[in-house]
Amino acid sequence: MKRFAVQDHELVPEHILLTPEEAQQVLEQYGVEARYLPKIHVTDPVAEEIGAKVGDIIKIKRKSPTAKESIFYRLVID
Amino acid sequence: MKLPDAWLKRIDELDLPISLKEALINGLGEAERVTEEQFETILREVVEDYEHARAEPCEAVGVVAAQSIGEPGTQMTMRTFHYAGVAEINVTLGLPRLIEIVDARKIPSTPTMTIRLLPEYASDRDMAREVAWAIEATSILHLGSIATDLAEMNVVIELNEDAMAQRKITAEEVAEKLREATGLAVDQRGSTLIMAPEEPSYRELLQLVERIKKVTLKGVDGIKRVVIRKEGDEYVLYTEGSSLKEVLEFEGVDPTRTKTNNINEICEVLGIEAARNAIINEATDTLREQGLQVDVRHIMLVADIMTCDGDVKQIGRHGVSGEKASVLARAAFEVTVNHILDAAIRGDVDDLKGVTENVIVGQPIQLGTGDVQLVAKRIDEVVR
Repeated sequence: MKRFAVQDHELVPEHILLTPEEAQQVLEQYGVEARYLPKIHVTDPVAEEIGAKVGDIIKIKRKSPTAKESIFYRLVID
Repeated sequence: MKLPDAWLKRIDELDLPISLKEALINGLGEAERVTEEQFETILREVVEDYEHARAEPCEAVGVVAAQSIGEPGTQMTMRTFHYAGVAEINVTLGLPRLIEIVDARKIPSTPTMTIRLLPEYASDRDMAREVAWAIEATSILHLGSIATDLAEMNVVIELNEDAMAQRKITAEEVAEKLREATGLAVDQRGSTLIMAPEEPSYRELLQLVERIKKVTLKGVDGIKRVVIRKEGDEYVLYTEGSSLKEVLEFEGVDPTRTKTNNINEICEVLGIEAARNAIINEATDTLREQGLQVDVRHIMLVADIMTCDGDVKQIGRHGVSGEKASVLARAAFEVTVNHILDAAIRGDVDDLKGVTENVIVGQPIQLGTGDVQLVAKRIDEVVR
């Protein structure tokens, strides 16, 4: 069985795992605590693929039909 | 004209979406001559217009989205079934399908997959057909006939050589599969298989026949039928039944462009962001097929709310509406008594911050102008 990267699928936007410093910067920029961000499960296929752990923040570069590209953040939860 | 680098940098620094920045650069590039002064004016006007077009703070975007999807929804067909252009494949369309999407049903009423193939398979009808046969679940009824012999108390399966050759399976393989699935001995004589139940009773015999009919000999369990259709210059497979995870691993299938209409399955296999995209695509396709125009922003909002917790949750009692913080808002939606009773037992407090609960108690809602509160300063403070 061949393996294929979930992130290659056309429905899946690019997910980027943020370093703790970058994550802190994002939270300061928006003035929110991490728990108020939208969530993603640690068992999510893409989260598993990029090796995210509970508490990490994932930056998602969505392809938007209106803005072409939009940035979204999700907090990894279990 | 060619834009100076300083201008490009100025545009890049603006707080605008990428699509607008690109349109701005293209538009300016086509212009014959733009002076520095005109350029500044254009930028100012674009930014102003963009700010004007944005949703105002405190605007009830959810209500606007609900109305914008709900009104066209009244014009949709209530009929459940339709043939969606694809030969003989039943697909739920119209209002029932839209309800299915926002209810986040575990399994849609007509699961179907769109399987796209790798280039070398997609251009050749015979190779596409081979992939189709490999994926389609093959049962004993596809390969031959099954009969019971009451005198001998056994089941006789007559396999058809041509059918087996077409589906690339041998009598030995069929016998092996049946042996595995039933745990009974299979007596093979050429293309005839004979099986006997553990106990020679009439009931056991009939049960055995039913069990044999259900065994999937080849292909993917749950994919009942595969139809090949030419789209542009490639062959695409449409299926009745869905099993994304397994189909993605098949030889010849392009795993990056293969889809299903089962949103929960997409969430499991491809993740929550893919599920969000699937909700948007499915909902817009359903509306467009009915000839209705709904701005994609409303659907994007619905998809965002449905996926913000990391799972696909429904817009309804067990999802978005059921998780509202306000007791009165939940009670106003469905099962009123249960919510109020539970809240009373727990001693819940309602902060009266939302729309519904303020309408119930008869005060201005905290939206738009209602959200602005006056803070008065005493005149002696101001004077001093």
